Amino acid sequence: MQTGYTDTSEPGAGANPPASLQLQRSGATATLLLQGPWVAARAQQIRDALAAADLAGVTHLTLDAHAAQPLDLAGGWLLHHYLQSPACAGLTVDFVAGVPDSLRVVRQTLADSTPHDVADPASHEPNPVAIIGRRVWLRMQALREGLAFVGRVVVTLARACRSLRRLRLTSIVRHVWDTGITAVPIVSLIAFLISVIIAYLSASQLRAFGADIFVVDLITVGVLRELGVLLTAIIVAGRSGSAFAAEIGAMKLNEEVDALDAAGVDATETLILPRIIGLTIALPLLTVIADMVGLAGGALLCHELLDMPLQQFINRAAGAIAPTTFWVGIWKAPVFAILIGLSGCYRGLQVRGSSRDLGRLTTSAVVQSIFLVLLADALFAILFMEIDV
Amino acid sequence: MARNLIELQGITNRFGTQTVHEGLDMQVQEGEVFGIVGGSGSGKSVLLRTILGLRRPQAGRVLLEGQDITQMPPEPLRAAKARYGVTFQHGALFSSLTVRENIQLPMIEHLSLPPDVLEGLALLKLRLVGLPESALHKYPSQLSGGMVKRAALARALALDPKLLFLDEPTSGLDPISAAAFDELIAYLQHELSLTVVMITHDLDSIFRTCNRVGVIVDRGMVSADLQHIVDHLHPWIHSYFHGVRASRYLPATGVSHGA
Repeated sequence: MQTGYTDTSEPGAGANPPASLQLQRSGATATLLLQGPWVAARAQQIRDALAAADLAGVTHLTLDAHAAQPLDLAGGWLLHHYLQSPACAGLTVDFVAGVPDSLRVVRQTLADSTPHDVADPASHEPNPVAIIGRRVWLRMQALREGLAFVGRVVVTLARACRSLRRLRLTSIVRHVWDTGITAVPIVSLIAFLISVIIAYLSASQLRAFGADIFVVDLITVGVLRELGVLLTAIIVAGRSGSAFAAEIGAMKLNEEVDALDAAGVDATETLILPRIIGLTIALPLLTVIADMVGLAGGALLCHELLDMPLQQFINRAAGAIAPTTFWVGIWKAPVFAILIGLSGCYRGLQVRGSSRDLGRLTTSAVVQSIFLVLLADALFAILFMEIDV
Repeated sequence: MARNLIELQGITNRFGTQTVHEGLDMQVQEGEVFGIVGGSGSGKSVLLRTILGLRRPQAGRVLLEGQDITQMPPEPLRAAKARYGVTFQHGALFSSLTVRENIQLPMIEHLSLPPDVLEGLALLKLRLVGLPESALHKYPSQLSGGMVKRAALARALALDPKLLFLDEPTSGLDPISAAAFDELIAYLQHELSLTVVMITHDLDSIFRTCNRVGVIVDRGMVSADLQHIVDHLHPWIHSYFHGVRASRYLPATGVSHGA
């Protein structure tokens, strides 16, 4: 640290001069002479010096604080604390040149409070049964609130469908743009990378059986049926699920949601429906793009890895897919979109009070929407198997 | 004895083509309560940020205790910042920390204190600003507006600064809370021999607590003792102190309507 900027009164200043204490005893009376800066930065020194002062047999203590400069509130508090401690019990104390200002302020401030423990309320835990009960009750309540939210969205949607104005087309278009168009580059890239992964993985395995040609089957069916839509949904959950939660959460913190409500405008209708509808339009379209890029990538990889001409890839692909393969993938997209939109918006609306909530709930929106997407996909897989599609 | 604790020389602040301050001078003497007044958009908060070293002005010097903070390297600047306390307009309490942790944060960052001293000092600062002990473990979102302001003041006082900056300390408070807050500031200023710089719109605060007032007009500052500033001939200053809301103070301060 450059000299010239330092100041002895500054907290955290260098170590000199130290805060110290001189004890002069004569029989039952003693004089404590305080010296040096009695400030917060010297708390440990002051503490040690006070602890070292031996007052055994003293009944009358005189304090001289005029040489303690500066003597701030922390110094005053330490002195106050010391005078209240058992070491000074039963002593009569007086001051040379009056009670120091900071000690007076400390005494005044703490006068009407006995120094008792202020325990952190979080630290005394109730018994385990109560904890389990509370958790269960909170879970049930959360479930009910979630259901109520879904119900509210459905009812609002039904009402909004009756008039075009209530559907807020401008807003929907904006969200299609935000969640769909701007996601095209990243979704395309991911779809391409996925086809690279499947192609390499399957080529290395199938080559052993001389079944190279089935690489095409794996790529086309895998991308169209499952991976195209699933990875697109996961990307969108990360991009847009978090954006929904953060946008709505910030509006909650800023009381904008309350302002809408107070203006007689339905927040579900203006904030949530357009987002969910926009995403429901955008996600299937993104899936189509992901499918196209995935297949194109597959054709390229087959050409490079297996020396397969494009025409042969197309022929084989046409044979591999059933008429339903593409639609099986596409039909999942709007369902995933609704799940992502609902959890993003729901978590956003739960934000209240602090910015910490905002971060926590944005995270939970993403985690929850990815979980729901995977869960729904598993259910779809079982369903399609059962109905033999 | 009355030395200049803060001295601003020729401060110019510009945003793009918009000039907020031009050649602004200001002095604050040790031990006084200095009020900064100005119309909306006159750059009060920008000026405060400049004094605090949060913003580097396009021109001019900011001297805190004689040291120019606009030219200070980062490390001494950090030390200089530990010597003043600030409360922001909306409290700016850290929302993820309890009141106790908010108060302790500057102490933990700048000092190494034993845990029980840390606890004791947090409680002392809390009581000093008139908050009950029960507020210690609350989060800022659980406090009322007045309590947020007090907690912010407790945090500003954490390091026992001699210099305190208050940005609109009474805005958003009801008149009773605002009056109590003014009293608190006056009490602390007297007891802890603080130098206080406060931005305020509140005429009550000005007449109750300030010794001197600086008015930001025409991108510069006009400052004078409270008794003299009310007689200043500048039209904005005149209408500020002679408006409907101000009229009740003037007979009480014993100042004639000069203009």
